[in-house]
Amino acid sequence: MEFFFQQLTNGLAIGGIYALVALGYTMVYGVLKLINFAHGDLFTLGAYLGFTLLTTFTFQEKIGPLPTIFIFGIIIMGLVGIAGIVLERVAYRPLRSADRLAAVVSALGASIVISNSIMLIYGARFQVYPHDLLPQITLSIFGMKVPFLRIAILFLSIVLMVILYLFIQKTKIGTAIRATAIDHGAARLMGIDVNKIISIVFFIGPALGGAAGFMVGLYYGELNFMMGWVYGLKAFIAAVIGGIGNIPGAMLGGLLLGVIESLGAAYISTAWKDAIAFFVLIIILIVRPTGILGERVADKI
Amino acid sequence: MNKKYVIGMICILFFSTPLFLNPYWVDVLNNIGIYAILALSLNFILGDTGLFHMGHAAFFAIGAYTTAILNTFYHIPIILLIPVSGIAAAIFAYIVARPIIHLRGDYLLIVTIGIVEIVRIALINNVFEITGGSNGIFGISRPNLFGLIIRKPIHFFYYIWIFLGISVILFYRLRHSRFGRALNFIKEDEIAAEGTGVNIVRYKLIAFVIGAFWAGMVGNIYASKMTIISPESFTFWESVVYFCIVILGGSGSIIGVIVGSFLLIGLPELFREFAQARLLIFGLAMIIMMIFRPQGIIPPEPRRYNIKSLIED
Repeated sequence: MEFFFQQLTNGLAIGGIYALVALGYTMVYGVLKLINFAHGDLFTLGAYLGFTLLTTFTFQEKIGPLPTIFIFGIIIMGLVGIAGIVLERVAYRPLRSADRLAAVVSALGASIVISNSIMLIYGARFQVYPHDLLPQITLSIFGMKVPFLRIAILFLSIVLMVILYLFIQKTKIGTAIRATAIDHGAARLMGIDVNKIISIVFFIGPALGGAAGFMVGLYYGELNFMMGWVYGLKAFIAAVIGGIGNIPGAMLGGLLLGVIESLGAAYISTAWKDAIAFFVLIIILIVRPTGILGERVADKI
Repeated sequence: MNKKYVIGMICILFFSTPLFLNPYWVDVLNNIGIYAILALSLNFILGDTGLFHMGHAAFFAIGAYTTAILNTFYHIPIILLIPVSGIAAAIFAYIVARPIIHLRGDYLLIVTIGIVEIVRIALINNVFEITGGSNGIFGISRPNLFGLIIRKPIHFFYYIWIFLGISVILFYRLRHSRFGRALNFIKEDEIAAEGTGVNIVRYKLIAFVIGAFWAGMVGNIYASKMTIISPESFTFWESVVYFCIVILGGSGSIIGVIVGSFLLIGLPELFREFAQARLLIFGLAMIIMMIFRPQGIIPPEPRRYNIKSLIED
């Protein structure tokens, strides 16, 4: 029981991270119908920026570790968000009217550029976060010990998701984003600046991805310039499982994938851990070709 | 007629190049040839039929491993294994594609990525205890063509590029056949094709199986050229490379795909002095090329039909 509970909470924490990254994929897909293959590398960028901030500034002693991490988190979200806007301007906007696969190749090119820039700046070997950063607190839930960080990651990712959900559903900009996702032309006729909305989406998505990268850095402590690929791919699977383009779907898909993967690795086989996500994906898509919460689109004739 | 002579001349000139190049550059040309054949077989699925397929390395892997296992365990000659590898890859493609062929665009793309990753992980985990795990399989013999053992880069040059020539003829004929026109119809408008009586599931599956069959045979050539294969050679990134060759070269265009292979596989060789920044330049080039030529370097010529002859029929 103890073992199961540990795996479950671990899966939920990883799932929260997948969900945050998946939101970036799903939002971009929603407005541009483009798989942003460079999104995983923006996640890596977030993790590395966290590394730089933590090793450069040392005012942790003055204000305590938690506020420091909070401030760094905000900075990282802003910087990675700006990187996202630049990415869209440079690599995707010129291709908006072109064939969709041309944009996919451009996205793959952008992914190579970002990950290799990170490699050239930080080096190809693993980097390690300062490990005496957070006090090793364990919380006791139902008599079982759970690391504080795990709960914090799950909690924070849910908070960010709820904020995003409210932003999309309740604010004017959120409504404009939804309108743009449905029809660019109609949105423009309603007076929405579609380019601006796309830039906003390319700020929010990567900002959440960057935050997730920072969380992974804090959780595992180890960074590699290629790490974004694995997380990006898993998060993309999560988005597809939930129904790509659908924001609650990405959250559900992320958490579900995290839990299934964690339990699968623990009870079935560790060696097949990375394949579990793909098996889940294929099974779900065979049963529901547009994902769990995805709408079934009728053929237009 | 002039065009035919020009193409003929270029071919003759090209086929005499290895006589003047050192073995290293001949080997580069061999790699370009292997990628070109793989990209041609992917082009049939992606460019001609319009299926978003990013897992072609899986079929290549099945072919290479079939050859490696049958050759090292049972000592079956490589040449005989060429069709066997193709058939193994085709059967595998049929089994995995059957349940997913109805998926649309991007959904198909992510599932095909899944297939190539599952195959790679299965190979690493030494599935059925015959794939040799992450070390792979070594000691694969060289092809023996009627007593001539193909061993040196220059031998492989003619072996690979003649195979490429055969592939070009085959895919050209397929593209311009009745079957190829049906695939083109599916690519342009799936619903209209279905409405006109094209069995889209069947046609898509056949396209997949033919593409996989060809990739499986290339797997055989690759295995005998390297004599050692391991799961690292069949990653998702390999599939991405084939995918980019097709789209950058010009989706649906045979010449475009070959030019694309020269650019993506040959060009990085010229940038070798940049060492670490090489991939960065490569990525930038991909973005820039797509921005300036989103339709690819040499897009396919529009299909022309002789209307007069149609009326007279």
